[in-house]
Amino acid sequence: MQLTLWTYEGPPHVGAMRVATAMRGVHYLLHAPQGDTYADLLFTMIERLPRRPPVTYTTFQARDLGADTAGLFQQAARDAYARFQPQALLVGASCTAELIQDDPGGLAQALDLPVPVIPLELPAYQRKENYGASETFYQLVRALARRPAEGAPRRGCNLLGPTALGFRHRDDVQEITGLLLQLGIAVNVVAPLEASPADLARLGEAAFNVVLYPEVAQQAAGWLQRQFGQPFTRTIPIGAKATQAFVAEVAALAGVPVPPALQARASRAPWYSQSVDATYLTGKRVFIFGDATHAVAAARVAAEELGFAVVGLGTYSREFARDVREAAAHHGVAPLITDDYLEVEAAVAALQPDLVLGTQMERHIAKRLGIPCAVISAPVHVQDFPARHSPQMGYEGANVLFDTWVHPLMMGLEEHLLGMFRGDFEFHEDAPASHLGHASASMAVPEPEPQPDLPEDLPTMAATWAPEAERELHRVPFFVRGKARRNTERFAVERGVMTITVETLYEAKAHFSR
Amino acid sequence: MIPIASATDSGCTDAPVLRERGQREVFCGLTGIVWLHRKMQDAFFLVVGSRTCAHLLQSAAGVMIFAEPRFATAIIDDRDLAGLADANDELDRVVTRLLERRPDIKLLFLVGSCPSEVIKLDLQRAAQRLGQRFLPRVRVLSYSGSGIETTFTQGEDACLAALVPTLPATAQPGLLVVGALADVVEAQFKRLFSGLGIGPVQFLPARQLADLPAVGPQTRYLLAQPFLADTARALEERGACRIAAPFPLGVEGTTAWLRAAATAYGVNEARLQQVTGPAVDRARQALAPHRARLAGKRIFFFPDSQLELPLARFVARELGMQLTEVGMPFLHRQHMAEELALLPAGTRLSEGQDVERQLDRCRADAPDLVVCGLGLANPLEAEGLTTKWSIELVFSPIHGYEQAADLAALFARPLHRRQLLAAA
Ligand code: SF4
Repeated sequence: MQLTLWTYEGPPHVGAMRVATAMRGVHYLLHAPQGDTYADLLFTMIERLPRRPPVTYTTFQARDLGADTAGLFQQAARDAYARFQPQALLVGASCTAELIQDDPGGLAQALDLPVPVIPLELPAYQRKENYGASETFYQLVRALARRPAEGAPRRGCNLLGPTALGFRHRDDVQEITGLLLQLGIAVNVVAPLEASPADLARLGEAAFNVVLYPEVAQQAAGWLQRQFGQPFTRTIPIGAKATQAFVAEVAALAGVPVPPALQARASRAPWYSQSVDATYLTGKRVFIFGDATHAVAAARVAAEELGFAVVGLGTYSREFARDVREAAAHHGVAPLITDDYLEVEAAVAALQPDLVLGTQMERHIAKRLGIPCAVISAPVHVQDFPARHSPQMGYEGANVLFDTWVHPLMMGLEEHLLGMFRGDFEFHEDAPASHLGHASASMAVPEPEPQPDLPEDLPTMAATWAPEAERELHRVPFFVRGKARRNTERFAVERGVMTITVETLYEAKAHFSR
Repeated sequence: MIPIASATDSGCTDAPVLRERGQREVFCGLTGIVWLHRKMQDAFFLVVGSRTCAHLLQSAAGVMIFAEPRFATAIIDDRDLAGLADANDELDRVVTRLLERRPDIKLLFLVGSCPSEVIKLDLQRAAQRLGQRFLPRVRVLSYSGSGIETTFTQGEDACLAALVPTLPATAQPGLLVVGALADVVEAQFKRLFSGLGIGPVQFLPARQLADLPAVGPQTRYLLAQPFLADTARALEERGACRIAAPFPLGVEGTTAWLRAAATAYGVNEARLQQVTGPAVDRARQALAPHRARLAGKRIFFFPDSQLELPLARFVARELGMQLTEVGMPFLHRQHMAEELALLPAGTRLSEGQDVERQLDRCRADAPDLVVCGLGLANPLEAEGLTTKWSIELVFSPIHGYEQAADLAALFARPLHRRQLLAAA
């Protein structure tokens, strides 16, 4: 039993829903109690899809348990088939139905429906959402992909991995499709997003597969490689450099030359990063947490393309923990592999980074700690489905990363001015960076929290601040004030100083200055 | 002017009800934790369930704004399923850790879920066991919010019903108002009752464990919410006696609710009019512009919170809207008797749900406004229907005179918005 306040991933059947909802012509019959229908709102409210997920829930109740939940399931299967006429039917159980062991697969097979029925066994008490998505996609591919005719020409590639409720999947697909088009590589099938069962049948016609999101598609791509001899890409095109490497990788797989227009300068981000205005970004301490793919990519971009210092790197996806461990070793930090957000919060609080790149969870953590933050990974929020085109991948994606990561920080000259004139009445903590405007003060300033909800284990202060030192502390720009306070107190405690004076403050500053 | 049904018209008292048995599109009772944990400020809700339950709470809460919320899920895993004795040990371990971490907790609810019920994890026994260990610092109770037993607001019912046997006993007469209300509404009702000379008045649930009301054979209670069947039964077992009334939604509902109490306490009509008069006038004035906008518009209610009947009565009688269908998760005829009598005769009532068939009926009716859950709202908007998502009706202060116009505004805004966008 694990005590959980907030979770990074939903249960595995939500992963299956992400695949089913992304596709066309698929229906998912889920043996589940009524409350599990909440999952629909993830798609209709967070992603704002204008249609319901293609899911029928049997919604059995306690009184059915003693009677015939199996019969209920079969009736629901018949009704769902008659109403929705899907080209393929996924069947499975949520956590509760898994316990009553009705065997949805067997029950549905027994109905002899005139379409493929694909049973999903998703162990709800061991696995989570990404596993569910990966397994569902893999089972669909196994069941539906047809072996291409011997000697038939292989053309183009498939784009694998984008799902419903994915972090910018929709925009990434558009970006990468455009990139491939410029290389003269045709996209055979994109899946699961917008793919039908008939499209999955054609997967084998492509020369190779592009795996955009290994968390969802690596398992299926491995099977396609073994069965049909289709190689798949390893480079995740996040950041200008990785996009360049990706272009080289797909060009090699397709046997085409790279046109000069697709060099790294196809993105504005590297130039912006090189421009003198970006000097102030040097060595900004950044903490990164997310799914493995996005976290590893973000760390690389942060270190190599923006000149940040990666001070923390972690993931909640245990399935891909190895990749994150390797990346953490590369960046010289300890990997944080956890799905306990309190651990992540403790790490961020201890590190006091200048910037947090994380999920919606880290956004809240950062907000509480008064640290700028940008979101780089699922789990997602309605804000992560912007109306505009906003990819993470490809050359335009690199531009988006530059903008969204740099935007929450102070601009270079502004930071200097704040440092020089820190007593200035306009540079108080409620005045955020000028380009953020007044309305977005909350981006940089922690929101007041209801008192009882504050963490109990805030460090108690051992040394007391002399009034003059306290006033001086308030002249320190607010975005480093937390760090200054902590460092000074630590410094005081270590030296047995009971009263912190202005002198102590500056001694500590000198001591900790990097 | 509020059209008052003629005395001979018994509304929907004996109206036939369409009973549906199919896919339900409603939350389970765990959802009640989202508002109960804000209301009961020294209580903590520990769901013993699955990752699904944790995810439901997180998604229904919508935003993750609390550093440490006063709810959590003890997620059952494979090892717990291997042996029940272990599951109990595990639960004790989790609770001990939690209580060490959170010294502010005075009341702990172990909340049952579908998985805990299917594996027959006895949370009542667990609550007794843990209660003995942690009393007097913490009181431990249990209830079920599972989706196989409870629908959405029934979670609050189950929670309050679990609380009732632990309330202190009293032989003194008193009035108890039952059902979680916004603090501002509670304060207004307190003033009205004191104006009527009715007292002492207490509220269930209370903000603090120490303020929980006492109950006994001299207690009379008024339901403020229409989904409290088990709580009512538990109160009656303690000897309390229900004052039958419609629910305090809208001007008419609020007056009738207060009148029921006034009658029970022998307060005459003149005093009632005098005490409520200013608020009634204010509320009617505030309602008028909404009524102008909404009168004659056709409205369809999907089953959700169990508030559907009183809401339908309000929009029909005070806003002049036409009811196409009023769906509700279940119909409690006794608690709803006064509401049914006030509903326009011939209203199509449905109980339970077969969501696909109900959507067919809704499309065929083509109402001006659909009240439905979050899973249905945007898809219906995309089909061209105008919707009001029903959870907002549960999460907003809507009871009483001063909130009557706010309640009307919740219905008027989607229509107004559609008009604005269409006009552009
Ligand atoms: S319906 Fe049951 S399993 Fe689903 S969230 Fe509610 S209590 Fe948990």
